[in-house]
Amino acid sequence: MQNGDQHYSMEDETYTDIDGKAISLECQSHSGFCREFTVSSAKVSIGRVMAYTCAVWLSAYIIFFVTENTAVLSSAIIITLVGMMVRIHFVKVDHETLLIIGSLGVQVSSSYASGRESTDFIEMGKIKDIVINEAIHMQTVIYYLCILLKDPSDPEAVSSVVPLFQSSKPRLNCLVKVYKSCQEILAKC
Amino acid sequence: MVLKIFFPQCCNKADSGLLVGRWIPGQNSAVVLAVIHYPFIPGQVKQYIQQVESVCVLTFLSSPWFRWYIQQVESLCSFLRDLSTIFPQGQWLQLSREMGKIGFRCHVLTRDPREKDKVIFIHYEQRKVMLSQLHPIDNGVPDPQTESQLPQVFGTVCQSEPLFFLDKYDDGPVKMTHWQSEGREGSIIVELMKQASTPVCLLTTWMLTLWTSLCSSRILNMRPMRFISSKLSTCVQLSYRTEHLQTVCSPTRATAHNHFMRKANIFVSFFVDVSLGLLLVSWMYRENRIGKLANTLVPAADYVAKELEELLQWLMGAPAGLKMNRALDQVLGRFFLYHIHLWISYIHLMSPFVEMILWYVGLSACLGLTFALSLLSDITALLTFHIYCFYVYGARLYCMTVYGLSSLWRLFRGKKWNVLRQRVDSCSYDLDQLFIGTLLFTILLFLLPTTALYYLVFTLLRLVVVMFQGVLHLSVDFINSFPLFAMGLRLFRSYRLAEGVKFRVLCEEPGTPLHLMMDINPLKVSSVVQTYRTPTYSCYPKDSWLALCKKLFLGELIYPWRHKTTKID
Repeated sequence: MQNGDQHYSMEDETYTDIDGKAISLECQSHSGFCREFTVSSAKVSIGRVMAYTCAVWLSAYIIFFVTENTAVLSSAIIITLVGMMVRIHFVKVDHETLLIIGSLGVQVSSSYASGRESTDFIEMGKIKDIVINEAIHMQTVIYYLCILLKDPSDPEAVSSVVPLFQSSKPRLNCLVKVYKSCQEILAKC
Repeated sequence: MVLKIFFPQCCNKADSGLLVGRWIPGQNSAVVLAVIHYPFIPGQVKQYIQQVESVCVLTFLSSPWFRWYIQQVESLCSFLRDLSTIFPQGQWLQLSREMGKIGFRCHVLTRDPREKDKVIFIHYEQRKVMLSQLHPIDNGVPDPQTESQLPQVFGTVCQSEPLFFLDKYDDGPVKMTHWQSEGREGSIIVELMKQASTPVCLLTTWMLTLWTSLCSSRILNMRPMRFISSKLSTCVQLSYRTEHLQTVCSPTRATAHNHFMRKANIFVSFFVDVSLGLLLVSWMYRENRIGKLANTLVPAADYVAKELEELLQWLMGAPAGLKMNRALDQVLGRFFLYHIHLWISYIHLMSPFVEMILWYVGLSACLGLTFALSLLSDITALLTFHIYCFYVYGARLYCMTVYGLSSLWRLFRGKKWNVLRQRVDSCSYDLDQLFIGTLLFTILLFLLPTTALYYLVFTLLRLVVVMFQGVLHLSVDFINSFPLFAMGLRLFRSYRLAEGVKFRVLCEEPGTPLHLMMDINPLKVSSVVQTYRTPTYSCYPKDSWLALCKKLFLGELIYPWRHKTTKID
């Protein structure tokens, strides 16, 4: 625990995402009106990586055995490497962070497995509200947390919706905790 | 309400002094620009900061030493009273830093009693914020009441440039700390280029006016010349580059960010284009490659003609097992064969001059790679002119057949096209009209396969040529419009093009307010290309796929690539 920081991860409750995989939520309160929520998904599983690599290389060996063309082997290696790099740099999200600073704004950031971070900051003047919405996803109904943005011309209308935690997709119990904290801060200013 | 103070990182090491900056109305925030050190004469400070609009004295920063000094010499209230007479304002803030702690503390000292405000300190790097441009760029004059906070903060720092002219080595009336206080930034190369650019710009502008007056002279503006020059892509590219150069070499400085980026992009892409062109020329003219190219041109044309003749002989027989109408087949086939014979004679007539023409025309590739590509496209168009002619003959014949058939089919059913009402109406024909109409309909119907086959073959050939020319035009367009300077800026100085900001919580101690670090979030690469693309006569298909297929079916002539005459922005 750092001085002046309230730092607690919910150990008594385990959170899962909508597919049932385990995720973890970490809440950090930097000050009375500044809080940070981090939802971490499962890391890259070494078993899956090895399974995919073996499958691709085995099929490449079989094709090489049939056609006697060495280009098949080198292309299999290149495909595996490029695919792995693309996946950890562009696809696999390690953790997603929501930093809410009262009367300044909300910062949403996704951190990928290779360390790349993509951040977006929304000013408080543009935010109408933070709500939990329902959506139909394939054959299920899921809940997601989102930020409603104001329309500059009409203050009562909602111009767009920014969904949060899109890669980790936590379930309702996790979303409710984040929602309650955010509403406390939004109410203060 | 939470009070937000934007504090520059360079002022962190300042010991004590008066903070100058600007209050942002309506947002309850303040942007600190610089620290003025003690001792100072308040009258001179006021005179100095009045040079920059809306900058005022905000607060004062005190170290523990200074507070002891004040307590010894006079009380804080009387010190503030003296300052308030010179800098009248309702609210004073005292920022202080304890020994051994990193964060600041802020006390609000006012004459009117107020509740304890919460304070957020946002540290920013002054040099990066000063040089960066926030996107999306607002071109109009924004309303200060409704404008959001970040553009106002960035705008404040950018507009306060006169405040940062004095550094610590100057003997001025005030001693300040800001991002340039270690010494003003400059580069010898940039200064030399600025000095050299004015005469070079004037010379280039004069040459360009000469060139444009030559181009708009009476001789070159006659109907046939204008038609030819609008069709040749080299001339189009030439006029386009002239316009570009006129933009770049205008003697007035670019003030708006957009204007500056456009000039820089055009200059860099022109430079890269010319260097690639020179590379190409040096490679082609070494070992007389251009002579070898010229020597293969005439045999290539011969080869194409021979292949076309074989194709026509095949069509005149029983192509793919289909049975053609003998007489029409022979007529069309002989007509096209004679056409090819004429064309080959002309090519052979020109063959002694081809090498010399190509040698001199190839030198114009020095003007840029785009010119070389446009030249290639034009040479292809000229050499395949007979394919274009065949396509036009075949298309016109087929078109006439199809229209005749549709009209006579209506007659066959007893209907007629009403031009006034633009619809099909029933009509009673005389017997002889019906007889002749039916006869003609039958003749056209049985001749349709022959004309359709010729049309199909020559349309396919024409489409192959058009596709090759299209690829060349697309690459020319790409070289013209790609913003190389903006891309380089995004890769090497990513803070200059900002999409927004990102915040990071700095370590904090109990008793101090919240400290955040504001970094610049650079613009995404795709947005860079989209925002800073140089507008061009973009080459895109005029019709959608459906409309194109419909035109092909009806036999209308197609010109799939359209050059816009006006630029899109």
